[in-house]
Amino acid sequence: MSVLATVAGLGHAAQAARDAFERPAVDWHALAPDLVVVGVLCLVLVADLFLPEDRKGVLPSLAGLGLLAAMVPVLTLAADGTDRVLFGGAYAVDNFALVLKALFLVSGYVVVLLSTNYIAEGDYAEGEYYFLLLASILGMTVMASARDLVTIFVALEMLSIPAYLLAGWRKRDPKGNEAGVKYYLMGVFATGILLYGMSLVYGLAGTTQLAGIGEALATGESVPVISLAVVLVVAGFAFKVSAVPFHTWAPDTYEGAPTPITAFLSVSSKAAGFVALVQLVVIGFAGQTEVVRPLLWLLAVLSMTVGNVVALRQTNLVRMLAYSGISQAGFILAPLAVVGQIGESTLTSVVTYLLIYAAMNLGAFTVVMAVARKTGSAEIPSFGGLITYAPSLAVLMSIFLFALAGIPPLAGWLAKFVAFRAVVDADTGWAYALAVIMAINSVISLGYYANVAREMWMNPVPDGDTSRVRVPVSLTAALAITGLLTIAFGVTQWATDLGDVATFVASVSP
Amino acid sequence: MLNQFLLLGAVLFCIGVYGVIARKNTVLVLMSIELILNAVNINLIAFGAMNGDIAGAVFALFVIAVAAAEVGVGLAMVLIIYRNRSSVDLDDVDSMRG
Repeated sequence: MSVLATVAGLGHAAQAARDAFERPAVDWHALAPDLVVVGVLCLVLVADLFLPEDRKGVLPSLAGLGLLAAMVPVLTLAADGTDRVLFGGAYAVDNFALVLKALFLVSGYVVVLLSTNYIAEGDYAEGEYYFLLLASILGMTVMASARDLVTIFVALEMLSIPAYLLAGWRKRDPKGNEAGVKYYLMGVFATGILLYGMSLVYGLAGTTQLAGIGEALATGESVPVISLAVVLVVAGFAFKVSAVPFHTWAPDTYEGAPTPITAFLSVSSKAAGFVALVQLVVIGFAGQTEVVRPLLWLLAVLSMTVGNVVALRQTNLVRMLAYSGISQAGFILAPLAVVGQIGESTLTSVVTYLLIYAAMNLGAFTVVMAVARKTGSAEIPSFGGLITYAPSLAVLMSIFLFALAGIPPLAGWLAKFVAFRAVVDADTGWAYALAVIMAINSVISLGYYANVAREMWMNPVPDGDTSRVRVPVSLTAALAITGLLTIAFGVTQWATDLGDVATFVASVSP
Repeated sequence: MLNQFLLLGAVLFCIGVYGVIARKNTVLVLMSIELILNAVNINLIAFGAMNGDIAGAVFALFVIAVAAAEVGVGLAMVLIIYRNRSSVDLDDVDSMRG
C-alpha cells in the first residue's frame, strides 16, 4: 500500500515537474550554421565507415561542400540583420559572430582544399582526418557566438582536442609525435591555468555570463585576487594565440604537423583564441583596464619583437612563417593593449586584422605546399629561381609575402593601418611608445619577407631542375580564393575611401 | 568555511603547476594537470555553494567531462611515443630546436 502510494506520489511529482518545465524556445535559424557543420561531420564519419577504400576521395569534397553549405545560413542571418540571443545570454548571433563564423568556415574550406591531395597521397587515415577537422571548425563557429565562460570553455576544448590529434597526425614520424605532444601538453596546461582564472572570476562576479562579469568587476573595489584572475585568464589565452613568452610550442608544432594543419593552427586556431580574448577583455574585464593594459602591452611588444628577431635567422620557410605568425599576433594584440572604455576601435581593428591575416597567411602556406610537391622541401634555398620555372607561383608568393609585410596597396597594409590608428587614437604615452615599436617591427619584418622574395627572383635554381610545378586543382582553387581576397581587401581600400571594410566591421559590436 | 575550500584548491593548483614544470615523465605531467583541473572543480563548487548558484556545479561537471576527453587523447599520445621510442621521458621528445 505504502509502496503504491509512493509510486503514485512520484507519478504526481513527475507530472508536476512536467507541467512546471517549459521547453525553452530555440531559435533554429540562429543555430543553423553550427547545426549544418554537425550534420556534415556526422555524415563524413558514417561515409568513411561504409565507403570502399578506393572511393574515399569523395570525403574531402563532402567536407568542403558541407562547409560551404554552412555559409548559406550565415548569409541569410546577415541579410536578416537582427541580433539574436539564445540560452539565457550564453550564445549570441550578431554581426560580430557572423563575420567570424564566415571567417572560420571559409578558412576551414581552404584548409580542406589544402588537405585534399596531401592527405590522399600520404599514408594517412582520411575519414577521421576530415571528421576531426570539421569538429575543430565547429568549436570555432561556436566560439564566435559564445558569451559565457562555460560556453567559451567548451568551445575552446572542442576546437583544441581535435587539433591536438591533427598536429600529431603523422604517427610514425618522430617529429609528428613531438609536434602533437608539445602542443597537447602546453595546450592542456594553459587550459588548466585559464580554468583556475575563470573559477576565480566566477567566484568574484557570481555569474558566468560575460556581461554580468563586466558589471560585477566594474563596480567592485579592486582587490589583488581580481588582478590574479585577469592575469591567469589572459595567460591561458596567450598560449592559444602563441604570444611571447607562451609561444614555445608553436615553431616545433608547426614544423612537425602536416602542412595543412600548420596553416589551420596558425590561422583559424589563433583567430579563435583572439575571439575569446577580445570578448573577455572588451566585455568581461572592461572595468579592469589598469590590469589588462600593461599586461597586454608587454605581451604585444614581446611577441612582435621576439617573433621578428627569431624569424630573421630561420632557414625553413614553415618555421619562418611560424615566427612571423607570432609577430603578427603581437600586432593583433596591440589595439587590445590600449583598450579604453569604448572597445569599438579595438574590436574593429582586431577583426579586420584577423580577416586579412587569414587570407594572406593561408595563401603563403598554399604556395609553400605547391612548391614542396616538386622540391619536397620547405627550406628557403629550395625556392631559389622559382620565377624561372613557376612564374605565377613566384608572383603570388611575392604578393602574399609583401602583404604580410604590410606594403600598400596589398591587404596587409590595411590591417596594419587599422591597428596603428586604434593605437594612436588612444593618445597616451604608452600608446605612442607602442606605435613606435610597431613601426620599427614592420621594418624588421620586411627583412625576412623580402629575403624569400629575393631568393625566388634573383637566385639560381639550386639543383638546376626547371621542370614545371604541377599544381593540383584543389591547390589552384585555394590560391585563387586567398589571392583574390588578399588583393581585393587591399586594392578596394586603396582605390576608394579608407574606411570601408573598417566601417563595415565597426557596425559590429557584441 | 569557504576559505578552507579555496585554500585546498590553491594548494592543489600549486602542486599541479609544480608537477607540470618539474616532472619529466609524461604520465606524471598528465597527473599533475589532473590536479590543476580538480583544484578548479573545488573552487567552482565552493564558489557556487557560497553564491547559492547552480552555475558553479554545472561548470564543474563540464570540466570533469572535458578533462576525461583530454586525458584520453593524452594517454593515446603517450602510448604512441612509447611505441616509437620505448620511453615516455619528455627530455627525449625534443629534437627540434631554434
